[in-house]
Amino acid sequence: MPTRPEGPAAAPAVPLDPTPSQTIGPFYGYALPFPGGERIAPTGHPDTVTLHGLVRDGDGAPVPDALLEFWQAGPDGSLTGAPGSLRRDPATGAVIGRNGVDFTGFGRVPTDADGRYALRTLPATAPAGRPDAAPYLALCVFARGLLHHLFTRVYFPEHTAAHAADPLLSRLPQARARTLLARPDGPVPYRYRFDIQLQQPADGRYEETVFLDFR
Amino acid sequence: MERHPRTEREPMTHPAPLGAVPVSPTAPPLATQAAISREIAALRAAADADGAAGGPDPGQPARDYPPYRSSTPRHPRQPPVAIDALADPEAVELSGPVFGVTDVTALDADLTRQHTGEPLGERITVTGRVLDRTGRPVRGQLVEIWQANASGRYAHQRDQHPAPLDPHFTGVGRCLTDDDGRYAFTTVKPGAYPWRNHDNAWRPAHIHFSFFGSAFTQRLVTQMYFPGDPLFPYDPILASVTDPAARARLVAVYDHGLSRPEHSLGYRWDVVLDGPSATWTEEGR
Repeated sequence: MPTRPEGPAAAPAVPLDPTPSQTIGPFYGYALPFPGGERIAPTGHPDTVTLHGLVRDGDGAPVPDALLEFWQAGPDGSLTGAPGSLRRDPATGAVIGRNGVDFTGFGRVPTDADGRYALRTLPATAPAGRPDAAPYLALCVFARGLLHHLFTRVYFPEHTAAHAADPLLSRLPQARARTLLARPDGPVPYRYRFDIQLQQPADGRYEETVFLDFR
Repeated sequence: MERHPRTEREPMTHPAPLGAVPVSPTAPPLATQAAISREIAALRAAADADGAAGGPDPGQPARDYPPYRSSTPRHPRQPPVAIDALADPEAVELSGPVFGVTDVTALDADLTRQHTGEPLGERITVTGRVLDRTGRPVRGQLVEIWQANASGRYAHQRDQHPAPLDPHFTGVGRCLTDDDGRYAFTTVKPGAYPWRNHDNAWRPAHIHFSFFGSAFTQRLVTQMYFPGDPLFPYDPILASVTDPAARARLVAVYDHGLSRPEHSLGYRWDVVLDGPSATWTEEGR
């Protein structure tokens, strides 16, 4: 059987073809969310911040069946994470959740019937190998209607100087870059708001969130 | 013509608040299967033409795929912004969450043993390897599945398709991959089910899968289908992958060597996760 003709698409030295994505659909709710998924911060940690917001579609309507996943560097800038986000009870099999001590760096939050979510975590930190980088939370959005998940990032407003040098933010027009910035909501640095706009509405009243493609 | 009962699957526009299921008298009529099939064929022809002209890789579904009606208000209009992993090797997304033995129990991978009795249906095992694009196995990572029961009903409150629930089947499983990247589940074959994307719409039988790679960039949620399903040509979700070779990668293979005598039928489904990782950038790919 003939192989694909040589061309720009044949250039990468990566041999295996990826398995395609398919939508998460409407029925993941009894399988993927887990108790404490939204609580990345160790129990009672004094630096805990709350990030909350709304997911909207192109009609400006809330999206009540989106699943958000967060990943972030550890407080020491490590990128190794830790197991135990969905710790199980070996006796009953039930999810008993995090031990409240380890920082796993991973959070999973479904939106509620109003399209809202809330995450409790520690402030974003830059990776240890690049301590001057603008800290951010990595975010992956899944939803019914999305055939392929969407990556974006949550940057925080207090790192203005680092943002100017950030390789992503610095190449976006201001209005686009702003969609990646959480905004203070109450006493900084404890509470932030970050809305996700899947599609810009026809009347332009909400700017579409910047989504990312990793290559 | 009798219409199939209304379900809460894939509402045509926006889901009503939970608990309320109004049928809007002004709702537009559902498209016919013939109309959806014409849209599918037109988009496939367009993708073939694009591919022949050196266009983008059709190996992933377009996020804007009108035959799948729910995609219409939910896809970004702007193209994604590219992040080059080689230029930004410290990007947080080049690493990812990890899971361990505390996150699963031994029973989680056997969906037929999670209740006091045996579920109804055709018992199957599904196994395969999870690799990255360099062929390296993804070791010790979390694989999660969920599915309808043998009658095509999810144990989910919003699924009101009038097929029986099975008190002995929930349809949720998880496991960690082994050192070869291998996962394995025992379950029952899910049934096909109707949905409201268009008139007389039926989803081919499928199992939902969620995979983590060695980097967050490699995250994958997808669906595994069963070989030879007659519903394939009618389904806009599967058809959203316009490249036939890529579509074939979503279909498991029946493997008689995996069938267990007088117990279960075996299917094999290998998975390749897309996306760069820190290991790639360290090795210069």
